[in-house]
Amino acid sequence: MNTAVTERSRGAARPSGGSPPERGRRPPRRRGPSLGARLRRDWQLLLMALPAIGLLAVFHYVPTLGNVIAFQEYNPWDGILGSPWVGLTQFERLLTDPRFWNAVGNTLVIASVQLVFFFPVPIALAILLDSVLSRRMRLVLQSIVYMPHFFSWVLVVTLFQQILGGAGLVSQMLRQNGYAPLEIMTDPDAFLLVVTSQMIWKDAGWGTIIFLAALAAIDQNLYESAAVDGAGRWRRLWHITLPGLRPVIVLLLILKLGDILNVGFEQFFLQRDAFGSGVSEVLDTFIYHQSLVTGNFGAGAVAGLLKGVVGLVLILAANKLAHMMGENGIYRRA
Amino acid sequence: MSTLFDNRRPVWAERPSLPARAAKNTVLAAIAAAVVFPIYVVVLTSLSPASAVNGAGGLVVVPQGISFQAYADLFGGGVVTRAVLVSLGVTAVGTLVSLTATVLAAYGLSRPGSLWHRPLLFTILLTFLFAPGMIPLYLLVSEVGLIDSYWSLILPTAVNAFNLVVMRAFFMNLPGEIADSARVDGASEWTILTRLVLPMSKGVTAVVGLFYAVGYWNAFFNAILYINDNAKWPLQLVLRQYVQQGQQLSSSSVVGDAVQGTASAPNLAIQMAIVVVALVPVTVVYPLVQKHFTKGVIIGAVKG
Repeated sequence: MNTAVTERSRGAARPSGGSPPERGRRPPRRRGPSLGARLRRDWQLLLMALPAIGLLAVFHYVPTLGNVIAFQEYNPWDGILGSPWVGLTQFERLLTDPRFWNAVGNTLVIASVQLVFFFPVPIALAILLDSVLSRRMRLVLQSIVYMPHFFSWVLVVTLFQQILGGAGLVSQMLRQNGYAPLEIMTDPDAFLLVVTSQMIWKDAGWGTIIFLAALAAIDQNLYESAAVDGAGRWRRLWHITLPGLRPVIVLLLILKLGDILNVGFEQFFLQRDAFGSGVSEVLDTFIYHQSLVTGNFGAGAVAGLLKGVVGLVLILAANKLAHMMGENGIYRRA
Repeated sequence: MSTLFDNRRPVWAERPSLPARAAKNTVLAAIAAAVVFPIYVVVLTSLSPASAVNGAGGLVVVPQGISFQAYADLFGGGVVTRAVLVSLGVTAVGTLVSLTATVLAAYGLSRPGSLWHRPLLFTILLTFLFAPGMIPLYLLVSEVGLIDSYWSLILPTAVNAFNLVVMRAFFMNLPGEIADSARVDGASEWTILTRLVLPMSKGVTAVVGLFYAVGYWNAFFNAILYINDNAKWPLQLVLRQYVQQGQQLSSSSVVGDAVQGTASAPNLAIQMAIVVVALVPVTVVYPLVQKHFTKGVIIGAVKG
């Protein structure tokens, strides 16, 4: 392999004749030019990557090291270098704190409810949208249902309050007609119902994108043959559509399992006072309140570290599972 | 209505019964209404004169006249005016910083066989797997003196690994021959990126730019953590304080001094106007970019 080929390795790694490029094909290992020559060739590319890498280094990798305060009696005046090391004392304290376990329990309950009641909604909605025959109508509907994804949680919670809250539109009409106003926006028993509805309102439409793409990829001839063979609408849905979506569903389900401790944050933070911390405290709001409201940095740091480690294990396990089922997961690169 | 739904039905598909079609159209209309109706009520109330708001005893559903008083009050130079300017500034600068860093790195790491691109890419992909944690990040931000600085709303979230991977995948799928020949002719990488690659990547750049911009505009928790000085609050915090938490708007703080003493809009109309101000930029920019969504999301999902 000579230098000319290496210098144009991008062209060389690709089949000639104008066929579509095959991404990620590893260029063959070779004893190429020296480091100096490669630096002279690629220094501009390296320089370009520098700002992003630098930002991630400073705001991702450096603070990750800061997790050592979980093993300290940290206080802000002495800083990381001055605070005393206390081993696992903070862990013991946290693991015997009932408020921590309340937050863990709530997180898991909310995640399960999301999995059961939120996850299927985009699938159903995608099938429904896909069945709309008029292209124009479908685009209009898609534009409408995608939109709330781009609203902030403050905005979504505010809109819900304005319509369903104690002083909201529905309550206002009930009151004018002599009925009691709605109380679901402050009733702890209605908490799961309210937050799940908010999630569906905000993100179910956006969630359809990937399923719509999968639906479009299903071979239309399958439907035609099935119809000719006498399969009705529902049998076609069961035997063609759902199996066609299966890989995407399995993949997203597995990824969701790996992400189970991240149920969202702002949504619960914003409604913690209205519903009470008994039902609405999740791990992230617990960490925030322990550290930055109460000043107990140790508890927050330990809870954050535990959450991060368990989350990492879950993601790795979920990817393993995805690979075992023949899916790509998030980090297997071609 | 039904003709809208019935064109282009494949010949083999049976025509659904009338009740089935009616049911489906009702469900679709209900879904669309569930999204649109709250927005409609909020916008209408913000534009209603005091008489309509008082007459309705709250939110206005049926239009009764129009008044821009609430917006005149908001933009008279008080808290909301300042918050809008903060949010616009952070969004503009932040999107520029994010998009620049992302495009440069995505291009810089997109050439197979270039020096160190694998380990560098690995350090970026690794950020998918774990977050640094809220408290250590907070301590870092305060350690480097960014508390109460607008940069605290930009730098910690400036680079999103997902967006970077999406762009890189897109760049790698572009036909490489043109860039190769430009390189042989002695063009710098910067020239190739700005003259050849970016003009071919307008769609994906627009989508990633929108994702970043919406992220900055909606950023709420960053500001809760890092901004203590409420003169520097972005709009989302003002929205929470005065609308979600319903803190009374004293005319001196929210409404600018300029309109003191003149007739002022009802409290509810002003609150709803704040909601509209938070909502409008997103709904204006979004349709321009929408047609590129599927491409961006699918590339991200498949190639990520």
